[in-house]
Amino acid sequence: MNGIWLDFERPIGELEKKIEELKGLKGVDEEITRLESQAKRLKKKIYSNLSRWQRVQLARHPRRPYPLDIIPLITEDFIELHGDRRFGDDWAVVSGIAKFDKFNVAIVAQQKGRDTKEKIKRNFGMPHPEGYRKALRIMKMAAKFAMPIINMVDTPGAYPGVEAEERGQAEAIATNLFECAVLPVPIVVLIVGEGGSGGALAIAVGDRILMLENSIYSVISPEGCASILWRNSSKNKEAAEALKITASDLIKLDIIDEIVPEPTGGAHLDPEQTAKNIKDALIKHLDELTKIPIDKLIPLRISKFQNMGVYKE
Amino acid sequence: MWFKKKVKAKPEEKLKLPDGLWVKCETCGEILYRKELEKNLWICPKCNFHFRINHHNYISLLLDDTKLKEKDKDLEPLDPLDFPEYKKKQKTAQEKTGMKEGAVYGLASIGEIPVVFAAMDFAFMGGSMGSVIGEKIARAIRTAREKKLPLIILSASGGARMQEGILSLMQMAKTSAELALLAQEKIPYISILTHPTTAGVMASYASLGDIIITEPGALLGFTGARVAQQTIGAKFPPGLQRSENLLAHGMIDLVVSRKELRSTLIRILSILWKHGKAPTK
Repeated sequence: MNGIWLDFERPIGELEKKIEELKGLKGVDEEITRLESQAKRLKKKIYSNLSRWQRVQLARHPRRPYPLDIIPLITEDFIELHGDRRFGDDWAVVSGIAKFDKFNVAIVAQQKGRDTKEKIKRNFGMPHPEGYRKALRIMKMAAKFAMPIINMVDTPGAYPGVEAEERGQAEAIATNLFECAVLPVPIVVLIVGEGGSGGALAIAVGDRILMLENSIYSVISPEGCASILWRNSSKNKEAAEALKITASDLIKLDIIDEIVPEPTGGAHLDPEQTAKNIKDALIKHLDELTKIPIDKLIPLRISKFQNMGVYKE
Repeated sequence: MWFKKKVKAKPEEKLKLPDGLWVKCETCGEILYRKELEKNLWICPKCNFHFRINHHNYISLLLDDTKLKEKDKDLEPLDPLDFPEYKKKQKTAQEKTGMKEGAVYGLASIGEIPVVFAAMDFAFMGGSMGSVIGEKIARAIRTAREKKLPLIILSASGGARMQEGILSLMQMAKTSAELALLAQEKIPYISILTHPTTAGVMASYASLGDIIITEPGALLGFTGARVAQQTIGAKFPPGLQRSENLLAHGMIDLVVSRKELRSTLIRILSILWKHGKAPTK
């Protein structure tokens, strides 16, 4: 299988290893069948009762499909477009235009990078202000040519560095929130892996917000929360529980519209199936949204966010 | 003249400022006589450091007759995530500040110009923004749009409130969406940033003013220096996130002494906003 086992998956890994070893031998078919059904039961047990922290681990899995793995599987002729026309080109944000099913769309995504070299180039998926400004430039172009927008979120957060501060990280995020609220084309947002706070939200204002089953979306990372709350960043499990950051939490809180299912064990075990599920969900929502006249769509989008919040009147 | 007006502090507010006859300036270390400091609007006479003051002080300082016709005073926070210790923290903050939540808004006038005014108060859980603050700011913006009045929001915040999780994050989107509607009506919004305004608030309505004014020396930014150090090992040089450096980098319009804040607002509004102004006597 995937060869990388998270701590809670280790019992499955051990069973699968045993099965592999037996497969070369004769007269053990019965034993193999027994172990295989045992493995199946074990998987069902483990993966149907994932804790919030275990979901965090899956969302950050080193083999998790990233937007650049998914985009070629669901679109035709994706053309990546570069630069914010102001300062530079941020590789933590990938943007472009593509044919998607019957739609011509713009796509904006955050990209973490797979190996060390690419991770550094993409700054571990943490955008600078120019990344958010590139995203906005592409989204505004989409609006100009009446193309729906698909945004894919996968970031630990906006980059917290000196240059990011000086070039206006806060302003870049705020401006995206402001502009996307009234952008006159349908926007569908998919949280692919990590939805890290304001850095995620900056491309996550839209008409529909979907989350992959094992993705997370949070105001602060569990580690950050733990270090503030308990002065101890190793209490991340407790923090993940307290923050309620999984797709099923967010649908209960009325923040997201749909959970896109992943194959048992996580998206990395079957990227093709994951991409198919994503494609089906995106088509369904784009079909619905493109039927709504724009002068109705924007008030609906705004009231969606106006209704978020829990308080006593 | 406005600054000769007595700036009265209510008894409970005085408690929040440093006690005792003498106060040490946290920037230059100068020992200051409390009464003198109060008369000087809590500005250090030696280094110009602006001590943090509360929302009552700002109402007194900025608004005509020191009056705010407060709206939705009774909006109260809940505990939607059942977050550890949150209810207790709310209660402590409520007792300490006499507020139900860390922001107020309402109708007021400044130099006889009717406005909608909102102010955050850092004393309430570090000015952190949860559902109530987001809702109050959103309603302030909506009131400005519906009544066609200029909007002034005074911010002071450490960011989104962790204890309300994703709901707090969404307040950034909610308030920014309301501002997009306000902008379509061409109604001015002046954002005043006080020490400190950071993270989720800085990355939403605080940064979206047509004009952004700050007090000198205020800490303003997206990431806190400690978080930057912990997450990526970045060391922020001193002054990186102070008002003066943001001005130098083109992020804000004006750095204005607390003593001139009111007169600056009046000057700006009388130029930007003609049709809403009350007839001059």
